[in-house]
Amino acid sequence: MAGGNQGTLRLLERLDQPGASGGLCSIQAAAELGVDHQTLVGAVKSLQALGEVIEAEARTATRWELSPEGEEVLRDGSPEVRLFRSLPEEGLPQGEAMKLPGGSLGFSKAMANKWVRLDKGAPGGPRVLRAVPSVQDTVQEHLGQVRTGGAQAVPERDRSELKRRKLLLEMTLKSYWIRKGSAFSTAVARPETELTPEMIATGSWRQLPFKPYNFSSLGLPPACGHLHPLLKVRSELRQIFLEMGFTEMRTDNFVESSFWNFDALFQPQQHPARDQHDTFFLLDPAEAPQLPPGYYNKVKKVHSQGGYGSQGYRYEWKVEEARKNLLRTHTTSASARALFQLARQKFTPVKYFSIDRVFRNESLDATHLAEFHQVEGVVADRGLTLGHLMGTLRQFFTKLGLILIPSGLKKWVEVGNSGVFRPELLLPMGLPENVTVIAWGLSLERPTMIKYGIKNIRELMGHRVNLQMVYDSPMCRLDV
Amino acid sequence: CNLCRTPGLITVGALGRTDEEFDELCFEFGLELDEITSEKDIISKEKGEEKAKGASDVVLYKIDVPANRYDLLCLEGLVRGLQVFKERINLPKFEKIIPAEGEGQRLIVTEQTAQIRPHAVAAVLRNITFTKDRYDSFIDLQEKLHQNICRKRALVAIGTHDLDTITGPFTFTAKAPSEIKFKPLNQSKEYTASQIMDLYRTDSHLRHYLHLIENKPRYPVIYDSNGVVLSMPPIINGDHTKISLKTRNVFIECTGTDITKAKIVLDIMVTMFSEYCEKPFTVEAVEVVHPNGKTHIYPDMRQCRKNADYFTKPVNIVETPSSLAKLLTRMCLKSHVTGNGNHLEIEIPPTRADIIHACDIVEDAAIAYGYNNIQMVIPKTYTIANQLPLNKLTELLRLDLAAAGFTEALTFALCSQEDIADKLGTDISATNAVIIANPKTAEFQVARTTLLPGLLKTIAANRKMPLPLKLFEISDIVVKDPNADVGAKNYRHLCAIYYNKSPGFEIIHGLLDRVMQVLDVPPNEENGYTIKAAEGTAFFPGRCAEVFVKGQSVGKLGVVHPDVITKFELTMPCSVLEINIEPFV
Repeated sequence: MAGGNQGTLRLLERLDQPGASGGLCSIQAAAELGVDHQTLVGAVKSLQALGEVIEAEARTATRWELSPEGEEVLRDGSPEVRLFRSLPEEGLPQGEAMKLPGGSLGFSKAMANKWVRLDKGAPGGPRVLRAVPSVQDTVQEHLGQVRTGGAQAVPERDRSELKRRKLLLEMTLKSYWIRKGSAFSTAVARPETELTPEMIATGSWRQLPFKPYNFSSLGLPPACGHLHPLLKVRSELRQIFLEMGFTEMRTDNFVESSFWNFDALFQPQQHPARDQHDTFFLLDPAEAPQLPPGYYNKVKKVHSQGGYGSQGYRYEWKVEEARKNLLRTHTTSASARALFQLARQKFTPVKYFSIDRVFRNESLDATHLAEFHQVEGVVADRGLTLGHLMGTLRQFFTKLGLILIPSGLKKWVEVGNSGVFRPELLLPMGLPENVTVIAWGLSLERPTMIKYGIKNIRELMGHRVNLQMVYDSPMCRLDV
Repeated sequence: CNLCRTPGLITVGALGRTDEEFDELCFEFGLELDEITSEKDIISKEKGEEKAKGASDVVLYKIDVPANRYDLLCLEGLVRGLQVFKERINLPKFEKIIPAEGEGQRLIVTEQTAQIRPHAVAAVLRNITFTKDRYDSFIDLQEKLHQNICRKRALVAIGTHDLDTITGPFTFTAKAPSEIKFKPLNQSKEYTASQIMDLYRTDSHLRHYLHLIENKPRYPVIYDSNGVVLSMPPIINGDHTKISLKTRNVFIECTGTDITKAKIVLDIMVTMFSEYCEKPFTVEAVEVVHPNGKTHIYPDMRQCRKNADYFTKPVNIVETPSSLAKLLTRMCLKSHVTGNGNHLEIEIPPTRADIIHACDIVEDAAIAYGYNNIQMVIPKTYTIANQLPLNKLTELLRLDLAAAGFTEALTFALCSQEDIADKLGTDISATNAVIIANPKTAEFQVARTTLLPGLLKTIAANRKMPLPLKLFEISDIVVKDPNADVGAKNYRHLCAIYYNKSPGFEIIHGLLDRVMQVLDVPPNEENGYTIKAAEGTAFFPGRCAEVFVKGQSVGKLGVVHPDVITKFELTMPCSVLEINIEPFV
């Protein structure tokens, strides 16, 4: 590293000399400074990384070099000359001439140059004889010129010939034209990249310059796990309910009886929602073994005969229909169970919530799945009104970052349902007459898709999820 | 919700409003103008532009109507409701005219109907004037009622007849299919009932109703006193009694299996269309004679009174009883103050079968008052919030698993039988799984008994992601349990998977150790956890261990069997851990 620093410093000093104001060729500079060209290029690059200290313009140059054979010829002469000079005045039989320095290559070149001739009729076989009195070794001279950097002086035709004879090599060389930059200074040296324990120990960091960081690039992602975006929203909604003083209801039964899913909610047995094509019914266990004794008779009565100020639906209520098991179509069945438990004690006001899966035997598309999460809130107290329901909804949805606009002209974006539970639902459970229960529900997926800009629900829920999306999803703060 | 389609021009004409004003009016009235369209648009959207050629481009309004507001399903009821709401007309007074003894129509029900369609009600609309629009609306309302409250004619079927073509008394009976013979509506010749069934087997509309009577020994049928067939409910009317624009007197019969709904349907039909009778809003009663000799006069025209201090509080409306009475009257619920001036008496008209309890009036009161005028208040209910312990534990574990470098998956609770059985090398009978009776596709055959298939499928869908893949899920599985009230029970499972070029059992084992560490369960046999070599069809032999906590088995971990990997279309080795976390609550 010290050598590198030395290189940059010498380059800067050279640039600062009077004759270098127009710039320097890196090749020339390397030759002058007596360093390898690659080393100099390294110095140029590290100076460039510092900003405007120097300007370096990339150039491409051609350079001629001697091949190893070329070096030999430069030292010993070309084969044809060597052959010519070794040939005695009287000549030699062809076979012996081939053994002279220069050999067959020298012979054929000397023949081509018409320096020697072959007397085929000589006694004792063909004989090689000089054809001219003396020769000049231009090949050796040309190689010598190239060697001393005078390749340009060698006629192009001869250079090509020497290249063809593999005596010369044509090298492409990348070089730089180096000039002082706007922030030129000879004081700049190659900075350190990182702080090391040694620097801390020796205190050398005080003197050393450090390479600036590139703050525009991304850092290394941490090796970590990720939470699923939909469940992050679930956590946030739980938090919102807890902040509002709502207690979590049990929802740990995906399998539910028609009784709790429909009948207890005062939904008549012929209601379209109880159709095969909306609800998953079960083959096994097909029926619920137990319905709450006593209570189920009251439900039967309110459906078929009425009561509690209601005339009822007046049809024949069938217990077999109520026993039919299904996958719950809403978590309101769990709310009904919670309210039924509440009615079995001395009444105290409650606020309940739940978030869990529900199931619909629906046709699937970009916004519908066979299973999704339902969010439900319930408040039971004496004397609650529609005004309380609307006030609670406004409070809840404000925390969700969705503002309810009660305007006659602007329609509310439908994100859920809300209402006041009917007396036919509450009174058979045994809740006091003056207790009102308000409730609302929405899907967890809908606000999540809005929050994370997801168009297709299948990318959010289920095994076809895009894990990259899970990795990349931001934290959930609905009120921000 | 149901949709009411009404011709825009007539609707707007009747109310004197622009589209925008009408939209706003609907909103005030608690309805939603869903779409402004035309017959042509509808056909073009459903079947393509070609088919829509020549269809009417008269503007239609599609309005969302609450499911039980049958009185808003046709133009007549909707316009009437809105006009009363805007106080442009007074609310109509419906009148049931009972003819003198021996002069009215009678419908005699025989005991043969008991086995198939035991109930019948009927009424007569006298001196009615149809126009093309009124006639179309009359037919359209019957179809809408058939589709919803009548439950596709299963509960109730409506028949309407030109009374001047027939002579009473009428007989509602049931006969063997071979004994019934008549010319069905819009047919050119007579058929027996059996032939009629064959005739309509391919009919795009009627074939959906054939099953209601098809396999019964006797079919329901209504005759006049000369043996003319009025109808064979719930399939088709006779051609003889067909009504037309010229029809003046209409005999309406509703037969069915649910008497309450039959009465409602008849009330809706007559209250909606008696408007066009010579004496508007009057209907002539019909006497129905039951097999036991008892008689009933129909239509029911249910009118009842509710004493309604019940609902003023639930709405949170600060109104005097007299102004409240005025508001409700605008909703077609004629009300007046009684007693000492603090009570309201409300008359429920026969159009409002949906009102079965005073609480049903609450919504009308709120609409008339205006939702925007209701004062929003936050309940004073003071409560301390509690989390469900199992969910609290789940939330905490999720965070620790993510912190341990595993990414959360969210997979379906429903899957194919193959996913939980065949693909894991076990038989469905051994899984104790809950089985769905009516799945539309194989993806929803059972509720999962293990979280593993979902995680394997998640990896299969994400094979392009860089390795290793480390996933987890904490969610419920379902198994049958005869001791549970519904016969099945959820269990909260934790499943984690490591998928890479080598199985990484030690990584999954390390995760188990970490989970136990955060659960504060030490690694020892007596009061902590241990793992012991075990077998499992989903695991590579010799690479499976069972997890015991205080001697109780909570799950397994191990290297997944190569057959399982292949069956889930995966190629790399992997290790998994699946435990029940409920013992740690």
